[in-house]
Amino acid sequence: MSFVLTEDQQMLRDTAMSFARDELPVSRLRSLRDQGANGVDPDSRAKLAELGFFGVLVPEDHGGVDMGMVAMGQVMEAQGRTLAATPLLQSAVLGASLIGLGGSDSLKAAWLPKLAEGSSTFALAVDEGTHHAPLNIATNAERKDQGYMLSGSKRYVVDGHHADMFIIVARTSGEVGQAAGLSLFLVPKNAEGLSVQALNTVDSHGAAHLHLDDVMVNEDQIIGALDAGWEVLEAALDRGRIALAAEALGSAQAAFEITLDYLQTRKQFGQLIGSFQALQHRAAKMFTALEMARSCVAAALSAVDARSNNIPELASLAKAQTAELIHLISNETVQMHGGIGMTDAHDSGLYMKRARVQEALLGGASYHRDRYARLNGF
Amino acid sequence: MAFDAPEALDDFRNEVRDWLEANCPASMRTPMTDDEVVWGGRREAFKNPDSRLWLERMGAKGWTAPEWPAEYGGGGLNKAEAKVLQEELRRIKARPPLFSFGLWMFGPALLEFGADEQKKRFIPDIVMGKTRWCQGYSEPGAGSDLAGLQTKCEDKGDHWLLNGQKVWTSYADQADWIFCLVRTDNTVKHDGISFLVFDMQSEGVEARPIKLISGSSPFCETFFSDVKVPKDQLVGEINKGWTIAKRLLQFERSSISAGGFGGTGGSGILPPQDYARQHVGVDEAGRVADGDLRARLADHLMFSKAFGLTVQRSTAEAKAGQEVGHTASILKYAAAKMNQDKCELLVEALGTDGLGWDGEGIPEDARKATRSWLRSKGNSIEGGTSEVNLNVIAKRVLGLREHQ
Repeated sequence: MSFVLTEDQQMLRDTAMSFARDELPVSRLRSLRDQGANGVDPDSRAKLAELGFFGVLVPEDHGGVDMGMVAMGQVMEAQGRTLAATPLLQSAVLGASLIGLGGSDSLKAAWLPKLAEGSSTFALAVDEGTHHAPLNIATNAERKDQGYMLSGSKRYVVDGHHADMFIIVARTSGEVGQAAGLSLFLVPKNAEGLSVQALNTVDSHGAAHLHLDDVMVNEDQIIGALDAGWEVLEAALDRGRIALAAEALGSAQAAFEITLDYLQTRKQFGQLIGSFQALQHRAAKMFTALEMARSCVAAALSAVDARSNNIPELASLAKAQTAELIHLISNETVQMHGGIGMTDAHDSGLYMKRARVQEALLGGASYHRDRYARLNGF
Repeated sequence: MAFDAPEALDDFRNEVRDWLEANCPASMRTPMTDDEVVWGGRREAFKNPDSRLWLERMGAKGWTAPEWPAEYGGGGLNKAEAKVLQEELRRIKARPPLFSFGLWMFGPALLEFGADEQKKRFIPDIVMGKTRWCQGYSEPGAGSDLAGLQTKCEDKGDHWLLNGQKVWTSYADQADWIFCLVRTDNTVKHDGISFLVFDMQSEGVEARPIKLISGSSPFCETFFSDVKVPKDQLVGEINKGWTIAKRLLQFERSSISAGGFGGTGGSGILPPQDYARQHVGVDEAGRVADGDLRARLADHLMFSKAFGLTVQRSTAEAKAGQEVGHTASILKYAAAKMNQDKCELLVEALGTDGLGWDGEGIPEDARKATRSWLRSKGNSIEGGTSEVNLNVIAKRVLGLREHQ
């Protein structure tokens, strides 16, 4: 396991950090929100593409830079710092992983270059209920002619309101709750029978519900094996969880720095409030949680690159630890700023809102505690 | 950073492997039992004769202190070689030959601050386990505020004269020598402290064990009445002992967070989730039947994993020469919480088996768990309370100011 970045990874991190700071500051999310853009930001998407961030996980012979998850994690952490709304999680991590791990040669040839250059964005649509439950799939795929007919609905699909392509998890056999019988279908946004209901979300990133009404998909558009999509899906979900954990870590770090700065400047009772022990100890506890979560994220990222056999365990660890971390820190950020923290003009609220979304996506602390316990045999 | 040719390290590894094969007795490759831990010193009884052999052989190589200079009896190994030695010891599951405050705390400080004559006099016996040291720091009136200590040390021309009292002196009743903080100037606080070492058999020294809530007595009250100490047993300069004291505390904290905790259990105690499975039962899917307990067990296990990864990360970053992180500062605080949570879960998972004390009827491992639960309460007090550790993080790492 490697806890120290290589020179290339460090360079990518520096690039991603300064890009987020200069081009994607929190004020950008704020202005997108105020314009009603609902997290859709084509200008930033083009700049991210120029930097090559969409191709970090894509092999070089398909137009990517193939730098691996540790590198991807640095980009995600950077965008987490400024709460940037980008299609990276869905496209660069989940889309690229699903096509890369499970796509046929022709699907790879058709889509990986477009993913890598950022000209097509993807959105994985899994969950059908309000809580992450990737086995609870009722969306039905029925054999018809040379393909399958999909019917069902998906909730809160991130980037669903602006993605070009969807990867729909549907059931080709078996019962709700079973892993066997799940298949993954590649569906374009303009497919007949697919309707997209855009959602205005608390974090101003937006999302969409999808409704599939007899959507026809040719059988060559299946990712992974028929009925055995779970294998590819679970591996991709774990990468997504780890990437989200890295993003949440970035948000937590930034919110903590904002708070620490305030503790060192705000005066009450003739003292810097950071000199009060009640606040000092809470700050020290936040710092401890931050450092421990950072270790978990680093270990999980590097486990993917090393193809370790404990990726699921480390993914759940990183996701659960960062979920608790961002709630702790974003709540303390509001509390320690006092009345200022309650105002819309201050950024603390934005961190607290995004924290909720970061936790809920791909399973929260409680989901991953349960999974961690199962993986450890109790 | 020193670079070692891989071939040279391979040769060293082979050499170590051969030597261990020939010199590590078979019984020293079995799990340590509580009553066979070797602390060395004049009173060491060596319950298992192999322990004596193992200590003598490792001590003669200097491998009880692999990285200490060979001129004082240490192993003289560089970091890479020491790592190889550790790996080879771990590979054959060798027991540590010696547990010692001399190795963990006093030795490293003496090597940094002591006079050459003092190093020659004390270090070889630490390496060989011939002298058992204890730590005279806390006093009844100086706990967290350690620099408030009052044990009086007067210069009597040809000797120091010592009067006062220490408390929480670990194993003072077993130790041969003590390293001790004393007051040589009472007009100033931190700048009036000196660092003195002396024989616990000196006239006027008395150690009385204190019985703890766990029933054991690892700590003592130690009294000094007109103890005469030779002049050459002051380490460093007079009134400059606080610097040594602080450095030594760092060694203590890192040895505590590296796993040297009181109350980690001892041999035979299972992980808490195993007791939960046994005593609470599992559902048809193999999950611990009490969902609330199960979630808290998972939480603890995740915290432990995160802690272990943080220790690894801090080592890796230190090796890479990175200054960032400040990771080490959080480890003592986190380790105390981790061990205390574990002990609470052990007792809870054991149910009424976690409520025994001694005698028959309740299994020994369960009774040990109960005792370690009680002992673990000291984890957030000894070696700097958790509150003091949080102060240190807030001020030194986060840069928050002192209250005016």
